[in-house]
Amino acid sequence: MSAFFQANLPYLLSGISVGGQYALIAIGYTMVYGILRLINFAHGDVFMVAGLVMVYASASMPMYLSIPLVIVVTVVLGFAIERVAYKPLRSAPRMSVMISAIGVSYLLQNCALYFTGGLPQMYPAIPWLSNSVNIGPATTKIVTLVTPVLVLALVVILELFIQKTKIGMAMRAVSRDFETSQLMGIKINSVISMTFVIGCFLAAVGSLLYFTNYPSVIPTSGAMPGLKAFVAAVFGGIGSIPGAVIGAFIIGICENIIKGLGSNWTVFSDAFTFVLLIIILLVKPTGIFGEKATDKV
Amino acid sequence: MEKTLQRDSARKIGSVIAWCLIAALYAFLILLDNVLPANGFTLMLIPVLKKGAIYSLICVSMNLLNGFTGLFSLGQAGFLLVGAYTYAVFSVPAEQHDAVYQYFDGGAIRFSIPETLGKLLGENAGNFLGAVVCIILAGLVAAAFAALIGIPVLRLKSDYLAIATLGFAEIIRAIFQWNSLGPITNGSNMLRKYTNFSDICIGSLKLSTAFPFFISMVCIGLIVLLINSSYGRAFKAVRDDEVAAEAMGISLFKHKMLSFVISSFFAGVGGALLAMYQTTVQANAFKSAMTYEILLIVVIGGIGSVSGSCIASFLYIACNEWWLRFLDSGSVSLFGNTIAVPFFRDGFRKVVFSVLIMVIVLFFSRGIMGDKELSFAGLVRKFQKKKSPDGAKGGAGK
Amino acid sequence: MSKTDIVLHVEHVTMQFGGVMAVNDLSLDVPEGKIIALIGPNGAGKTTAFNCITGVYEPTNGLVEFCGLPMVRNYPHGKMKKQYQGSNADKYAHDPAIAPSPDKITELGIARTFQNIRLWKSMTVFENVLTAKHMRADQNVFSATFRANAKEEKRMREETEALLAEQGLLQYKDELATSLPYGLQRRLEIARALATSPKLLLLDEPAAGMNPQETAELAAFIQQIRDEYSLTVFLIEHHMDLVMRISDYIYVIDFGSEIAQGVPQEIQNNQHVIDAYLGVSEE
Repeated sequence: MSAFFQANLPYLLSGISVGGQYALIAIGYTMVYGILRLINFAHGDVFMVAGLVMVYASASMPMYLSIPLVIVVTVVLGFAIERVAYKPLRSAPRMSVMISAIGVSYLLQNCALYFTGGLPQMYPAIPWLSNSVNIGPATTKIVTLVTPVLVLALVVILELFIQKTKIGMAMRAVSRDFETSQLMGIKINSVISMTFVIGCFLAAVGSLLYFTNYPSVIPTSGAMPGLKAFVAAVFGGIGSIPGAVIGAFIIGICENIIKGLGSNWTVFSDAFTFVLLIIILLVKPTGIFGEKATDKV
Repeated sequence: MEKTLQRDSARKIGSVIAWCLIAALYAFLILLDNVLPANGFTLMLIPVLKKGAIYSLICVSMNLLNGFTGLFSLGQAGFLLVGAYTYAVFSVPAEQHDAVYQYFDGGAIRFSIPETLGKLLGENAGNFLGAVVCIILAGLVAAAFAALIGIPVLRLKSDYLAIATLGFAEIIRAIFQWNSLGPITNGSNMLRKYTNFSDICIGSLKLSTAFPFFISMVCIGLIVLLINSSYGRAFKAVRDDEVAAEAMGISLFKHKMLSFVISSFFAGVGGALLAMYQTTVQANAFKSAMTYEILLIVVIGGIGSVSGSCIASFLYIACNEWWLRFLDSGSVSLFGNTIAVPFFRDGFRKVVFSVLIMVIVLFFSRGIMGDKELSFAGLVRKFQKKKSPDGAKGGAGK
Repeated sequence: MSKTDIVLHVEHVTMQFGGVMAVNDLSLDVPEGKIIALIGPNGAGKTTAFNCITGVYEPTNGLVEFCGLPMVRNYPHGKMKKQYQGSNADKYAHDPAIAPSPDKITELGIARTFQNIRLWKSMTVFENVLTAKHMRADQNVFSATFRANAKEEKRMREETEALLAEQGLLQYKDELATSLPYGLQRRLEIARALATSPKLLLLDEPAAGMNPQETAELAAFIQQIRDEYSLTVFLIEHHMDLVMRISDYIYVIDFGSEIAQGVPQEIQNNQHVIDAYLGVSEE
C-alpha cells in the first residue's frame, strides 16, 4: 500500500490539482445546465481563450495587471456569448441552442487559430505559483497545493452567495422552474447573465491554475478539459455545485492514476472519463447529488 | 382527377429529367477522370467533387439520425473512424504490411481483400470489387459497434444521449490507438498504402471520381427509400412525439436502434470512402471537432432534408477547399490586380466560415432547405402552374 | 357477466408518486362491447389510471388484465414495491407481466387518445393515420426499404384512405395535422387510434374544449364507431351530458379512490358523487 502510494504520489498530487481546475470549469457547466438545460459546449473554449488572453496580456504588461485583465475579458466574453448566441434562442427547441453552443465553440477555436497562426503560445510563468516545492519524494509546483484550497474557498463563497443573497435565491428559483419564476417577476435575463458571469469568472481562475502546469496554449486546449468538466458535472448530478466539485476531483485523480499505470494505458486517460460518464448515466442518470425529474404525459 | 393526372405527369417528367442529369453527371465525371486536361481548374474541382460526394453521404447519415429520428447523437466521428479503419485494415496489400506495420512486425492480418480477389479476377476487377467488399464490411463493422453502443445509450434522452455518444466516440478513438491492438490497427501510427480511388478503374477507364459518387449516390438512394417507407414514417413519429409513437404501437427502442444502426452503417461506408480519399488514416483525426463540423453542415442544409444535406456538403467543401482559399492567402485578385489585404492570412477563412455558420444558426435556423426536399417533379409542377394557371392543360409536356 | 366478457379487468391498482396516492386501490371491469366511463373532479387520478393501464406508468401495486391475460402487474422487481404498505402488498408478487411497455400493450389491442392532443406535428393527416398502421404491417426494414412488399404498402394506404373517408377527414388528408381545427384534431386522434385495429379504445377527455353541438356529434360518433368496429370504449370525460347519454356504466373516483359506481341514473342520484363533483361543477 505504502509502496503504491510512494510510486503514485506525483500522479495523485497532479490528479488533485487537475481535479480542482476541472472543478472550476465544471461549476460553470453545472450552473448553466441547471438554469438553461443547455450543455454549454463553448465553455471549454472560453477557458482556452482565457489562457490565450493571459499569454498576450503578460507579454505587454505586468502580472498584477494582466491577471485581473484576463478575468475581466473572460467574464465579458461569457456575458457576450450568452447575449448573442443563446438569448435569441430562448424559445427555440433545445437542440437548436445546443447547436448554437457548438457553433460558438467552433467560432472561438477558429478565431484562436487565426490569432495564434496555429502556433502553440508559451504560457507565462506566474510568479510564486510556478515555483517548485518538494513533498516527500515528489517535486511539484506550488499551484498544485494552492488549487484545492482555492477551489474549496471559492465553492464556499459561491454557496454562500447562492444561499444568502437575493440573486442567489433567484438563481435557485429559476433552476427549479424557469417559467414560474418568470411569472413571479424574477428578471430571468439578469439571472442567466449572472450565471454566465460567475461561470466564466471561475473558468478564468481555473485557466490561470491549469495552464501554469502546461508549457503552452493551443486553440484546442479547451476542448478536452471542457468535456471532462462537463462529465464531472454530470457525475456529480447536474445542477449541483458540490456534486460537480466532487466529480471533478474524482475524474482528475483517476485520469492521472491511469497515466501512472504505464505507457500502454495512457491512451485511455481521456477515454476513462467517458467510461465513467456512461456508467453513471446508466446506473444513476441523475448523478450522485442530482434530483429526479418526471415527464408528464 | 385532373390534379392527380397532372401530378403523375409532373412526377414522370421530373424523374426523366433527374435520370438525364445523373447520366450527364457521370459522363462528365468520366470525362474529367480520363479526357480533360489537368489544369488549375480541374485540379481544384476533382478533390472538391470527391470530398463533396463523401461528405454528402456522411451528412445524410447523420441527418437520418438527428433530423429524421430526432436522436441528437454526436458519435458520428467514432463510426467514421471504425469504417475508415476497417476498410484500410483489410485492403493493405500483403507486401506492404512490413512497411505499414513496421512497429508491429508486419501486423496480424496478412492478406488484403482487393488483392485476394485480384488473383481470381484480374487486378482491376479485384480492386473494384475488393474496394466494394471492404466498404460494405466497413459499414457492417460500424453497424455492429452501433448495435453494441445502442443498447445502453439509446435509453437516454436528448442532451444526455448527445454527451454519451460523444463519449463513446472518444472511447472508440482511444481503443483504436491502443498499442495492444497495434497488430491490427497499427496503434497510433497511420495506415497507408491501401487501395484508394486512383486504383479504381475498368480496363483503362479511370473511375477515381465517379466511384465515390456512385457509392454515395447508391447509399443516399437507400436512405431516401428507407425514409419514405413505413419505417421512415415510424422514425418521424418517434421524432415528433415519443409518447404518442409508443402509444400507437411503435416500439421506441427497436426503432431508435434501427435508425442508429443504419445511420452508423452508412457512416462506416462514408468513413471507408474518406479513408480512400485521404490515402492515409490516423485515429487522431477523428475527434469530436469532426462530428461538430458534420453537424454544422447538416444544420446549414436543413435538419430533416436529404437534398439540403447534399447541397450543403458540396457548398461547404467547395468553399472550404477552393472558393474561399484566397482568404488564407493574404491577397485577393480582382480583375487581374492582386491586392494584398493585411488581415487575410492563415485561418481567416475558418473565421469567416464560423461567423457564417453562427449567422445561419441564429437567423436562418431552417438552413437552406428546411425540412423540404428538392425534387424535379416539384420544379416541373411549378413550371406547369406558371404555364397554365387554370391547371387544366397541365401535363402535356411529354 | 361471465368472466370471458370482460375485456379489461383492473384490480387493486395503486399508483404512488412519492407521498401522493394518485390512484388508490382502484378496481374496475370493462365488459365487451360496452361504453364505460371514468369520471371524477380535476386531479382525481383519472389520467393516471389510464397511464397505468396503457403501460406509461408502472403501477406501484395491482393487476391489469386484458381479455383474461395479465398485462400489467406489480411483480417482485417492480421499482416502487418497497414503498407500498397497503393491504394487498403481496398479492401480485408472482410472474412478471406479459406486456411491459406501451407499444406491446397497443399490440395486444388497446388504443388510446390523449388529454392534450398528441398528434405527430410534422405529418399530414393522412400520414398520421398511415403511420399508426406501421405496427401491424407485414414487413421488415429490408422489405420496406426495397419495396419488396408493395402490396402491403398499397393495402395500408387504401385502408387509411377508407378510414379517413369514414371519419369525414378525407378532404383534409394532405393538410398538416396540427393545422386542423381543434375538434377535427380530436377526431383525427381517434381515427389514428382506430388505425391500430384495437379491441378496446381508451378516450381521454374526447370532448374537452368542444361546444354543446360538437359534443352531441361526438356522442353519436363514439356510439357509431363502437358498433362499426365492434369496439369496447372506456372513456374519461368531464361533460356530464355526454357521459350520461352514452355510458352503460360509470365509475367515479376522487382523490385516487373510487367513491361510486353504477348506471347513469344511479350516479346522478348518488349523494357522494353530487358532493364530490356534480353539484359543484355542473352549471
